[in-house]
Amino acid sequence: MVTTALDQVWRAAGEVVDPEIPVLTIEDLGILRDVRVDASGHVEVDISPTYSGCPALDVIRADVARSVHAAGYPDVTVNVVLSPAWTTDWMSETGRRKLREYGIAPPRPRESGMQLIQIAVPCPVCGSAHTSEVAHFASTQCQALRRCTDCAEPFPHFKEH
Amino acid sequence: MTAVAADPAAVYALRYADDCLVLSHRLAQWSSRAPALEEDVALTNIALDLLGQARALYARSAELDGTGRSEDDYAFLRDERDFVNCLLVEQENGDFAVTIIRQLLYSTFQLEAWRALSESTDAHIAAIAAKAVKEVTYHLDHATQWTLRLGDGTAESHARTQAALDQLWPYAAELFESDAVTRDLVTRGVAPDPERLRTAWDASIDQVLSAAKLERPSTSWAPSGGRRGLHTECFGYMLAEMQHLHRAHPGAQW
Repeated sequence: MVTTALDQVWRAAGEVVDPEIPVLTIEDLGILRDVRVDASGHVEVDISPTYSGCPALDVIRADVARSVHAAGYPDVTVNVVLSPAWTTDWMSETGRRKLREYGIAPPRPRESGMQLIQIAVPCPVCGSAHTSEVAHFASTQCQALRRCTDCAEPFPHFKEH
Repeated sequence: MTAVAADPAAVYALRYADDCLVLSHRLAQWSSRAPALEEDVALTNIALDLLGQARALYARSAELDGTGRSEDDYAFLRDERDFVNCLLVEQENGDFAVTIIRQLLYSTFQLEAWRALSESTDAHIAAIAAKAVKEVTYHLDHATQWTLRLGDGTAESHARTQAALDQLWPYAAELFESDAVTRDLVTRGVAPDPERLRTAWDASIDQVLSAAKLERPSTSWAPSGGRRGLHTECFGYMLAEMQHLHRAHPGAQW
């Protein structure tokens, strides 16, 4: 298969990691929305913020520009697009697996709207379904703090959004 | 810098941006001094969401009024009379009950406003709103859970929460004021009718107050002026603290 400019740029942008959860790439997170390369080699990358005030966004923007530049495309613009609003349903299966292995319970799938499918948040350490929320707000905007009632380990949960 | 007469949508975006920024700053004042570590984290997380919403709204307002002002211009280089936030959000943190009741009254309003604005004919404002709805849903849940615990808790917590409600209640009326700006935007489908928001707000608040065994205040005193730049005394002190560093060291970055 011939590697096109678009593939190269997409790969360069997509491999940028979230500075707060460095096991996840922005492609895993689902915040890399679109990549365009025009005839003159000018690159446009669209990313979406997870939360309105996410402090990682400026770092991600700079990292995307740097990574695309390093792939041989110095003329790059990174746009932040708000609509449609990012949702945890856009996180890839690979991303969910990586989170679990990292010790963070991945977000559960949503039904339409804000209604959550009421299924347990399994403990990423022992797999038990017996867990409870300790604090809804935790170390980053996107995480809540839970505790496993079987193995007693506290763990972060990437909350549904 | 004086207020810029502009597109009503720019003024409207600025009002909500100022609400978000000022409330964000008030909540950030709890950092390192909340009643428990979890609350410290919760209040500052909420503050961060609001700061993000403020930034998006300032950018939109600057785009609409053509001044191209930066976020720093809005936050740090305007004087008290140029801020058009409502009086409720600038009120001092008080004890924890005051902060929670302020959150309850404002988040209930904000959730209704953002829901309605996510259908705005201004696509940019609609996008900001659709994103913010999800965040404010959590803020309101946080305020509601605490109102229930404090209102229906001990005699002390009940008394303090009722006192907080009595203190802040009059400031809620301003949230639903109509003026030339809102009337123009309602006509064009940019903004919801404040009266419609009031109905939804009343129903939602009444439900929480009743479950929390709190009495809905009956005062008709309704201070106003925030949307015209007329603020309560405490706001000047807050701004002085918030703007001091930036004004003492213009262009400072960290």
